[in-house]
Amino acid sequence: MEIAIVKYNAGNIYSVVNALRRLEIEPLLTDNPDLLAQADKVIFPGQGNAGEAMAYLRKHHLDQVIRELRQPVLGICVGQQLLCRHSEEGDTDCLGIFDVDVKRFHPKRHEDKVPAVGWQEIRTNDNVLFKHVPEHVYTYFVHSYYVPLCASTIAEADYIVPYSACLHKDNYYTCQFHPEKSGKTGEQILQNFLSL
Amino acid sequence: MKGIAKRIIPCLDVKNGETVKGTHFVNLRSAGDPVGLGQLYSNAGADELVFLDITASVEGRKTFTEMVSRVASTINIPFTVGGGINELSDVDRLLNAGADKISINSAALLHPMLIDEITHYYGSQVCVCAIDARPDIDGWHCYLKGGRERTERNLFDWAKEVADRGAGEILFTSMEHDGVKHGFANEALAHLADIVDIPIIASGGAGKMEHFRDVFTLGKADAALAASVFHFGEIKIPDLKQYLLQEGINVRPTV
Repeated sequence: MEIAIVKYNAGNIYSVVNALRRLEIEPLLTDNPDLLAQADKVIFPGQGNAGEAMAYLRKHHLDQVIRELRQPVLGICVGQQLLCRHSEEGDTDCLGIFDVDVKRFHPKRHEDKVPAVGWQEIRTNDNVLFKHVPEHVYTYFVHSYYVPLCASTIAEADYIVPYSACLHKDNYYTCQFHPEKSGKTGEQILQNFLSL
Repeated sequence: MKGIAKRIIPCLDVKNGETVKGTHFVNLRSAGDPVGLGQLYSNAGADELVFLDITASVEGRKTFTEMVSRVASTINIPFTVGGGINELSDVDRLLNAGADKISINSAALLHPMLIDEITHYYGSQVCVCAIDARPDIDGWHCYLKGGRERTERNLFDWAKEVADRGAGEILFTSMEHDGVKHGFANEALAHLADIVDIPIIASGGAGKMEHFRDVFTLGKADAALAASVFHFGEIKIPDLKQYLLQEGINVRPTV
């Protein structure tokens, strides 16, 4: 099974590579459109600025490639946000797979800290991504922007506002949290994606 | 749903690639190996790990960086590394090796702009600013070089400054409480939480499970760091998590 990771100017890609290696998978890190299109599964990771990431993807024609993927795709963190319609970060038009706009967290109390860094409880539904994952479980997040609840939401979290922890539509799956840093739970979610 | 959980963070001191303290684990083959010990803590339910390089030599730095790579490839929870980070190139080296966050201490006091530089290049979430302080007759003073050298900086002024410069978290060690096991510096911690809007990691004073409850309630800390109570097995992380849940504290249950 060939697992490709989209190589672009987003940080933290190697932690995903490490996580896959722990599952005994040697991923292909590439920005080659043909190799991405041929892979059995594609992981679209990310950490950093959505505007800069989209500019890079457009410049390298990866935006069209990602939109046309037909195999299972997993977007992680900024990867999830880029699969939405628009992001408040840098007023950026994104890839538009998910018909929802990414918003910035606005603290309501002194205790509300942005970026939100840490383990948050999520509530999962019966999506195949959560096979062997409890309904209530904690995963590790690092983010200042969030995807509101929408028709594609398959897991919810609640920090300052209720929001989408995971999305699913057609062949596209996403996590706002970092499964590669979320202990055994994250490993199970990655394993479930790989088993699709 | 309960928002962001309070974190329990074991701290491992590393010298020449081996953990210092850790006699509780002598019966394990991985006793001295920080990667093996980190894995044990991760499996036990630690939320994050801190590895501090206490080696002074250049050769030791190389060994530490190699260890960071091994931690990154082995462990599936976030980890912070600190010790001997003096400039941006040190940060770059450790993040490239796979660390999620870096912790700076003396270098920040000596060159505060380093905080701005780190957060500019890598984002505030990677930058943990460690502060060692103790109360003297004229208020809380920050100390340099592992507590060996006093500065004229006031703890609370410095905390506000590092937050303004963009640090993502403050790791505050009360030197008076450290190693005494009578509880954390809850009064100073609560004041810190009130005056800055970034997470505070409390360090120094953990002896009993009640101390962890108190640091999250009275001390308003976001995370609690400890070394010897975990290394010597005096407190086991699954028991601690269970206790804190019973006390109504939002922690991630041990899976």
